[in-house]
Amino acid sequence: MLSLGSGGAKSTKPSFVSYVTPEEIKSEKDPPKQEKHPDLLPGEVEFCSANPILKYTQDDLSQRGVFGTLFCTNFRVTFISDEKPQEKTDKTFKNKLYGENDIPLMCVDHIYGVYDEKRKLITGGLVKNKYPSKMIIHCKDLRVFQFSLTFSKEEDAKKIFQGIAHHCLEEKSLKCVFAFSYMGTPSPEMQWKQETVMFDSPEDWTQEMKRTKANCRLVTENENFELSQRLPKYFVIPLTIGDLFSYQGKGLPIWCWSHYSGCALFKASFPPVTQEDGDFQKHLDTMINAVAHNHLYSVKTEDLSESLPNIQDIQQSYNKFKQFFLIENSTDFWLSDVKWFSSLESSGWLDIIRQCLQKAVEVVECLEKDNTNVLITEEEGTDLCCVISSLAQIMLDPYYRTLMGFQSLVQKEWVAGCHAFLDRCNHLHQKDKEYHSPVFLLFLECVWQLVHQHSPAFQFSETYLTVLSDSVHVPVFSTFLFNSSHHRESVMKAESPLAQSGPLSCPTVWDWSVQFDSKAQNFFFNPLYLEKVKHDRAVRKPHKPKHQRNLSLPSTAFKTPPKKGFFKDETDSLKKMLRVKRLSRWRGSPDAPAATTREFFESWQHRPLDYHGLLLPCLDGPAVHIWMQRYLRWIPEVYILGGGSVAVMTKLMELLSQVQDLKRVLEQRDSSQAAKLDHRPYFQHRLLSFDSSGRLSSSFPFAYTCYRSFKPIIPTGLMQSLMVTDSLASQEDEASSVVSFV
Amino acid sequence: DRSSGPRVSDTELRVYKDPSKDELPLLPEELVQDSAKDVTYICPFIGPVRGSLTVTNYRLFFRCTDREPVFGLDLPLGGLSRVEKIGAASSRGDVSYGVVCKDMRNLRFVHKEPEDSLKKSVFEVLMKFAFPVSNNMSLFAFEYKQVFPENGWKVYDPLAEYKRQGLPNESWRISKVNDHYELCDSYPATLFVPVTITDEELRRVSSFRAKGRIPVLSWIHPESQAAVVRASQTMVGQNGRRCKEDEKLLQAIMDANAQSHKLFIFDARPSVNAAANKMKGGGFESEDAYQNAELVFLDIHNIHVMRESLRKLKDVVYPNIEESHWLSNLESTHWLEHIKLILAGALRIADKVESGKTSVVVHCSDGWDRTPQLTSLALIMLDSHYRTIRGFQILLEKEWLSFGHRFQQRVGHGDKNHTDADRSPIFLQFIDCVWQMTRQFPAAFEFNEYFLITILDHLYSCLFGTFLCNSEQQRLKEEVPKRTVSLWSFVNSQLEEFVNPLYVHYPSHVLFPTVGIRHLQLWVSYYIRWNPRMRPQEPVHQRYKELLAKRAELQKRVEELQREAANRMASSSSERAGSPTRSITPVQTFV
Repeated sequence: MLSLGSGGAKSTKPSFVSYVTPEEIKSEKDPPKQEKHPDLLPGEVEFCSANPILKYTQDDLSQRGVFGTLFCTNFRVTFISDEKPQEKTDKTFKNKLYGENDIPLMCVDHIYGVYDEKRKLITGGLVKNKYPSKMIIHCKDLRVFQFSLTFSKEEDAKKIFQGIAHHCLEEKSLKCVFAFSYMGTPSPEMQWKQETVMFDSPEDWTQEMKRTKANCRLVTENENFELSQRLPKYFVIPLTIGDLFSYQGKGLPIWCWSHYSGCALFKASFPPVTQEDGDFQKHLDTMINAVAHNHLYSVKTEDLSESLPNIQDIQQSYNKFKQFFLIENSTDFWLSDVKWFSSLESSGWLDIIRQCLQKAVEVVECLEKDNTNVLITEEEGTDLCCVISSLAQIMLDPYYRTLMGFQSLVQKEWVAGCHAFLDRCNHLHQKDKEYHSPVFLLFLECVWQLVHQHSPAFQFSETYLTVLSDSVHVPVFSTFLFNSSHHRESVMKAESPLAQSGPLSCPTVWDWSVQFDSKAQNFFFNPLYLEKVKHDRAVRKPHKPKHQRNLSLPSTAFKTPPKKGFFKDETDSLKKMLRVKRLSRWRGSPDAPAATTREFFESWQHRPLDYHGLLLPCLDGPAVHIWMQRYLRWIPEVYILGGGSVAVMTKLMELLSQVQDLKRVLEQRDSSQAAKLDHRPYFQHRLLSFDSSGRLSSSFPFAYTCYRSFKPIIPTGLMQSLMVTDSLASQEDEASSVVSFV
Repeated sequence: DRSSGPRVSDTELRVYKDPSKDELPLLPEELVQDSAKDVTYICPFIGPVRGSLTVTNYRLFFRCTDREPVFGLDLPLGGLSRVEKIGAASSRGDVSYGVVCKDMRNLRFVHKEPEDSLKKSVFEVLMKFAFPVSNNMSLFAFEYKQVFPENGWKVYDPLAEYKRQGLPNESWRISKVNDHYELCDSYPATLFVPVTITDEELRRVSSFRAKGRIPVLSWIHPESQAAVVRASQTMVGQNGRRCKEDEKLLQAIMDANAQSHKLFIFDARPSVNAAANKMKGGGFESEDAYQNAELVFLDIHNIHVMRESLRKLKDVVYPNIEESHWLSNLESTHWLEHIKLILAGALRIADKVESGKTSVVVHCSDGWDRTPQLTSLALIMLDSHYRTIRGFQILLEKEWLSFGHRFQQRVGHGDKNHTDADRSPIFLQFIDCVWQMTRQFPAAFEFNEYFLITILDHLYSCLFGTFLCNSEQQRLKEEVPKRTVSLWSFVNSQLEEFVNPLYVHYPSHVLFPTVGIRHLQLWVSYYIRWNPRMRPQEPVHQRYKELLAKRAELQKRVEELQREAANRMASSSSERAGSPTRSITPVQTFV
């Protein structure tokens, strides 16, 4: 069960004890115990511990648990069972940094204390008082842990409770984050670095412009953040912008991506303009004109803060939504099952996902159908702008649907693009709630919808997305720790003296070998992915595929009758035209855009599906789903033994590896003499060796089902579930006795 | 060829590849009854389209003439529930007709009233042929004479099926008491009962069970001998009648299973309804009278509640889906909650039989609606045979058809009385539950989704005799097996269409689905299939098939090479070099 335990300590105490009163337990003779300690990561320090602590086992319906020691370190809260580690369950998908009984401090969402049967949310005030009899920890990756503190010595219990509460809940400085103490050896073969484009050098940007055939200008003037600390170190702007230094780069259109037709997508931070501020308004108009100049003097601007929920709305909605998955016991589960759909709807989370995808489709429509430049804006320009521009690029550009392409996109738009990860994820437990918002998670949710609907178009799997969403809260990676490029550089530089050889180097999250071995990383790849058939083998292109011009549908075939043809007439007054354009669609009635994008979607749908071309999501109610893997993986009530999509995916992976083995055998045959024969069966080697019975739990690879409890989950409380009160319920089945039924 | 076969189109608008082919693909014995040009079909998705409408004795066929590409609307008349004129003729002489279908759609046509008032409108012809039973005509199934390579009426042989289960054995015997349907006219002729119960006792029991539907065996566990027994309610009444033969029978059922000293009686109804039935002479087993038996109510509602729930569902999904309230609208139909209760009930039955090794008796009021839902779902969970294509056919033939689910009444074949309170989507609900299980266990079923949809389409189409009549006795009386074609003849003659490529046969696997609403889904590709935006996709299956083909191809090539090399080695074995045989250790990479 537990891989981090030092093992060896023998305990005669039964490891599975039914939940009886503490007195009864105490009366048992305590055998001498050997102290256990967690295997610490390099740089990890133990703060405090307590024993015995009862950890309730979630996969059991009764209130049972396992005794062990609870530790708090500078990296995690960890529980080590007294139980002798069971014969090694072969975990194909083990995280090297933390196991199933570890909670990285950053991953703790809320802590509840149970005081005299009453559950209270732990905040600063409560910590100083009595310690609770039971501590419940809700994690950001949606795990729920429940510990009983009543069995250990009072001072131990108090210490561990206060320690955990302090390290997980109190506001702290960035330097206290474990990443700055972590001394992990950087992986020798920086494979990730060769392929994920980090966008931290002018070359990366030049290369990206070349790939998309963009006709823009690379700005290097901000190398030392003299222009603005909120702007990226390097970025790309329309050619015609001359004056960079006015307004500290505010309103500056930052290039995101160019369509093969020449039009491009830009994003900008547009602070609200007061009416008196005529100069600034003029500045913004100049900026918009510059975007229009990029291609055919046409531009559509979209103020995302007007048409999408703001980051507080997003935060509130997600807070409601996640509650449905933080299940503490079976009764709660079945109670919440009753009003499931209306609860989901009331959280509004799926609706926010839909709105973001809808907006991205609108942007795509402008680029693909109208060949118009698009400028999306919001106050900061680094939240919803990132969501919408990344989504649009994924829909338009098949490169971003490969694993490396996707990682590069996250680097480009989010990391180099200065999304304020530190504030938004609230890694430092700041009290000021205004800045917290799961914007990046929202983006991953939207991507998941695309993956779910068009699986063969994506090289990465939903498991990859789930792991990525978890990794945000693992305080080891530099990727999600900072608010901007400037922030990153200044912190890293300041910290560098600690590490004596050069600047501090935390791994980036893309170095997956820090968390998973190569076998486990296989789960990141989607076995359904339909690879682009290479026509010419001789011309083998290196990792970065060229921007595929002919992949999406030819724009002429896709265009509506040229009623907007006058844009090509360059003699028109640019200003007048821009006004018309800006006011044209998005300021209209809220239903109007939905109607035209609906048309756009339908005309796309009527064409044969090209997984390497344009990809659009269906946004009708029944088509938007819940990311089951992420949200349901820890809830034993919904495990399907031997079922779920994992049953299909593992089969596919197996088949795929067999095909590859065969190919390899053939290749070897071709190259070497056929005489060197090996008569072994070809399928000895499996990518994944599963139990031949095929009975994995549906939440594999995240949770493993305990085979000892192969019993169905019988719902409770069905009686309350369906109260049909109308007269139909009392009617008899035989209609003959029903007098008048209409 | 699909287009010439009796295939019900799975998308509303079928595009014709060759628009020059004007003729309608007619089935054997299918005759055009009337046709009209200049009919407008008001499509809820793409707006009005003009074309011609043809009515045969089997189908309604609309062919659009003013659009590219040309498409058609092709539906069997059996799927029509109601045809009616909407409003009066307009000033231009246009009359509007509404067609309500059993398969979750409504169609609307506008047609010019013929000037010659003596001539019948094509819609009057339609009404005549859509409801043959109400017009004293026979259903098209009795005319249709297509011959298929396989005879589907031979799929189910009760004796062979019970033999597969190891019956008869020392505890269970065949009773001939219902050979001529004298004991119970809605039961099959072949019944399995405990050996210790005589036919005379069975006759006494039959007077104590509603409609004479006595407890008989459905299925027996191959190892534990725990049995699934089905029945109707006991006629306890307000005075608490008892029947010692019935008590003896249930005791005998319990005794037939040495593993357990208990018997579970699952009453599918909500306890309130079961109690209310006492007023009308019915009721349920009291635990006083039936010692060692435990009674459990499963809270599944009656046919009227289910009918109303489906009606609401149709309102929510057809033609348009209200986006902002989709989830709460879906919840308000209660459809998935009913599905959950049925699956939960079946799960509890399967659990008692598999994990508890206990025999169970299942009944509702009459034992022909909720009871077959529960027993057949439990059997699918327990016995992998019923998850194969043929096994599933046997299951339907046995639990639904031979045990008298009243298909004629519940579906209303050819009957214009669309408000008949006996109609109810009980069978559809069962197929939905099966679909939910196929979603949860994508590799455990030999059949695919198209198989389930085909069954539902032909439940209404009246092309095959399979789902006609209310009982085995009626079907024999009407000579249905002689005079009609079985749906299984059609299905089994083109099995490859219905096979799930992911299927793996694990004979001993018991499936316990998750019944939480979180894991239940609305069956979009059935209920919302007419909406062109909800285009179904099955990339997994496609990809899997591709990979299978590729593996086969590569395997063949490897084998060829191997053979070639082996030959060469044999010829030059003397000069074998000492080169080390390199083993094949492929690197772990993905393509």
